Amino acid sequence: MLEVQGINKSFGGLHAVSDASLFVPAGKVVSLIGPNGAGKTTLFALISGFLRPDSGTVIFDGTDITGKAPHLICQMGLVRTFQVVKPFASLTVRENIAVGAHTRIADRKAALAKADGVALLVGMDAMLEQSAGDLTIAGRKRLELARALATEPKLLLLDEVMAGLNATEIAELVPVIRTIRDTGVTILLIEHVMQAVMSLSDYTYVLNQGVMIAEGEPKTVTSSPDVIEAYLGHGAAERLAKMEARDA
Amino acid sequence: MSERARLSGWTIILLTLALLPLYLHSARWIDFLEMTLFVAVLGQGWNILGGYGGQYSFGNALLFGTGAYIQALLQFKFGISPWIAMWFAIAGVVAVGAMVGFLSFRYGLRGSYFALITLAFAEAFLVLSRSLKSITEGGSGVQLALNQDPAQAIATFQFNFAGPFLKEYGFYYTIFTILLVTYAITWWMERSRFGAQLVAVRENEDAALALGINTFKVKLGAICLSSAITASCGVYYVQKFLFIEPGIAFGPSKSVEALFAPIIGGLGTVVGPLLGSVFIHGVGEATKMTIGQALGGRPGVDLILFGTILILVLAFLPRGLVGLVEAVWKRLSGGRDA
Repeated sequence: MLEVQGINKSFGGLHAVSDASLFVPAGKVVSLIGPNGAGKTTLFALISGFLRPDSGTVIFDGTDITGKAPHLICQMGLVRTFQVVKPFASLTVRENIAVGAHTRIADRKAALAKADGVALLVGMDAMLEQSAGDLTIAGRKRLELARALATEPKLLLLDEVMAGLNATEIAELVPVIRTIRDTGVTILLIEHVMQAVMSLSDYTYVLNQGVMIAEGEPKTVTSSPDVIEAYLGHGAAERLAKMEARDA
Repeated sequence: MSERARLSGWTIILLTLALLPLYLHSARWIDFLEMTLFVAVLGQGWNILGGYGGQYSFGNALLFGTGAYIQALLQFKFGISPWIAMWFAIAGVVAVGAMVGFLSFRYGLRGSYFALITLAFAEAFLVLSRSLKSITEGGSGVQLALNQDPAQAIATFQFNFAGPFLKEYGFYYTIFTILLVTYAITWWMERSRFGAQLVAVRENEDAALALGINTFKVKLGAICLSSAITASCGVYYVQKFLFIEPGIAFGPSKSVEALFAPIIGGLGTVVGPLLGSVFIHGVGEATKMTIGQALGGRPGVDLILFGTILILVLAFLPRGLVGLVEAVWKRLSGGRDA
């Protein structure tokens, strides 16, 4: 569904993403993890057209979309959400979702009806008339998801939709994402909440300082020494292993 | 407010506007109403791009003046019928608006930068219209010939010497018709995909892009619609006063009037510019008649009070008069329909 090959992006002297590649097969949930500042959101921006890569290619559904405008990429069926949520604050939840629906539907009534359907799917049906500006952070994250979903994507890029949510809210959202996958939408997600990564994803990539340092099944990847060191610092893997040995 | 409440509100407003002048036999009051509706249309032209699209223009005089000049010059120089000239005026203004929009939006100018570039264009046209004497007749302006033949009143789009009804009400119902058409277009826009996408651009341009909206095209569409509506004001002005000069056409006063009405009335609402215009003109006239006269008819006294009221409205009614009306409505209907 999505193939990123050797993509590079620098801001001045900072290599935000260096020679990163990843592959997302159709119908799967693939996650992208890595410590803060690793370049995950930059990679999303490169894929979705918000930033133009210095080199490398992005192939979506068999078409080269490298450097294409974001709205064209969305119309082709690849949509992203934002980590820092961007609700249309003065509109209601229904109107917000309808903006996404309008990407495929010209008629206003049909777009609003579609919004109702999407809201039901993500569990926002009780909040349809609420102003998006009055939503809690959990509500806003859900709204990001709903709006993106209303554009009828083939591939959904979710940028930390769980961040800032409490345990209950996360437990509510995980099945929602699973349902979305079951309707045939492929998902690539950035996530720090490991509970969600482990339970949702079929495959995981780890980005650190702009470089892909590991990939594989979520369980294998998270126990890899490189990954542990990327998160916890040099020597951490060794110390952890010692501690585990002692405890055993 | 529910759609039904809105529709009944509109029915009352429009019926009042349609019938009120018939009970006023003073030319001064009909003139007052004409200018109120004129600014209401001018304000709607600004509101499409500024209120719905969040792109605050400070130079709508550019659009008004271009329309007025095309309307005046085509008649003055080539003797073209005003009924034909008006379409050239509208098309010409849309072209100018599209050019300004293309340049600004292509290079991502937003907020105060967009306001400044529109102001700069209006000022440039002011200077040009003064200096290009061979085209625009320069600073002395264009004076159209007055038609004194009642039989030609409609053909010349001049009602000063028309039959009894047309003479008194011709221009009032002209601007009323323009208002009906432009407000109907805005009403339709608000309920269309284009309107939804325009508001999305105002609320958050990045999110709009991510959701597949061609924000450049949407903004360009808005400035074209804005231009067409503002052009109709220019056409109307020339036909009513038969005169246009650079200061009136491109000076800042039209730009300010265009944005005051919707800001006071309620940004991004259909009725906002009309409410704002009625309020501005009503307060202006009332203060002139009371305080102005009490202080011995000194000019400008009304402007001081006017300014104070403006500041108060802006400070305490961020959503304009529409916000106030909605809050009162909510209270009266016991919060049943928000």
